[in-house]
Amino acid sequence: MSGNKSNGVRYGMVIDLDKCTGCMACSVACQQENNVSFREDETDKLRSITWLEVFYLDNGKPYPEHRRAYMPRPCLHCDSSHHPYPYPPCTFVCPVNATHRDEETGLVNHIPVRCIGCRYCISACSYHARYFNWWDPKWPEPMEKMLTPDVSTRMRGVVEKCTMCVHRLQLAKERAFMEGRRELHEGEYVPACVEACPARAMTFGNLLDPHSEVATLARGPHAFRLLERLATEPKVYYLSTQKWIRKLADNVM
Amino acid sequence: MTGENKQQNSGLLGWLLFVVGFTGALFVGWVVFPQLLFSTQYQPINYNHAIHQEEAGMSCEDCHYFRDDGTYAGKPQLAACVECHEEPQGETESEAMLVAEFVEPEKEIPWISYSQQPDNVFFSHAAHVKMAEMECTDCHRDVEQETEAPPVKINRLTGYPNEIMKMYVCEDCHAREHVSNSCDVCHK
Repeated sequence: MSGNKSNGVRYGMVIDLDKCTGCMACSVACQQENNVSFREDETDKLRSITWLEVFYLDNGKPYPEHRRAYMPRPCLHCDSSHHPYPYPPCTFVCPVNATHRDEETGLVNHIPVRCIGCRYCISACSYHARYFNWWDPKWPEPMEKMLTPDVSTRMRGVVEKCTMCVHRLQLAKERAFMEGRRELHEGEYVPACVEACPARAMTFGNLLDPHSEVATLARGPHAFRLLERLATEPKVYYLSTQKWIRKLADNVM
Repeated sequence: MTGENKQQNSGLLGWLLFVVGFTGALFVGWVVFPQLLFSTQYQPINYNHAIHQEEAGMSCEDCHYFRDDGTYAGKPQLAACVECHEEPQGETESEAMLVAEFVEPEKEIPWISYSQQPDNVFFSHAAHVKMAEMECTDCHRDVEQETEAPPVKINRLTGYPNEIMKMYVCEDCHAREHVSNSCDVCHK
């Protein structure tokens, strides 16, 4: 957690890799919740869109010592605050301000209608968390009727990425407003992936609240972040007791 | 002498041409172009706000209400009309039309919205009405005395009504009230 100006909310996530079975439920839930388009043939990963990618890790050793693991990777919502560029790498390079970090929540957002499709942010992102729409999205019948009304669909020629289901935050805030509250309780706002995880490997909440489950886990001895040496300060933490996983986390991508 | 007269005449002619051209341009810009740009559409039936309030004693919230989860109902569904208008109550033409064309065939009324925002806009009525305590009329027209539903002007190029709130109005008010102007506050 960094010293950014904030009023005490910094949403983040902890993913326990020792619990993750690689079932992909998070990825599927994400795809459905956020109206992420797909192609008939999804084998070309340079052209497909997967907001929450699940990576396969193994320690490269033969049988008795062979180990494998899976690593879900949403957008890490970098919290970098270093002078003189206190921005996540993607927002710093955007020429049209289509993406920026909301300093009240810490979420890095992206507004597709403002995006000009230059893809500078894609190359700036250290985690391959951004995707480009090479074609207009198409959903076969009757899937168009199943789209989430709370998330706007994107068009050809723009970048998109995980928003931490920010539309759920908007709706949770509306519910709180009806009760006259401005602050949300823990668990009122949770992204679709966290909700879908059957192994309860994912935890979501306010990292700045010292009593929240997510902050407690992120402080733990087994917590680490991806490519920490880049000082992008992701707000997505991983947990693992396995040394080889922690070692891979610094050069897996 | 004749040369001077000629000069005066051409000066007058120049002014005349200028005035004709100028008023012509204004006419095109203020009258012809808006006519071309905006199409005029009429509501499927003429809803009378005044008569519902004064004679039926209804309040705004009977139709335009918040749901328990904080979302806003906006325009009422046909079911709300059927509660009273299963049979015609008066003798107005609009009501006869309502019963004959919508209530009896159980068809929803395709109201045209005066302020339909684009798909990627998230607007929270709860945030503005419940928390910021704004009045409906701060943004919407006052319908209390309205006996006729005014026509909707739809922009032919964008398909949006001309009364729609523009983004700079939202941003301006948010800045003045020290509310976040971050993209994801209003966009989804």
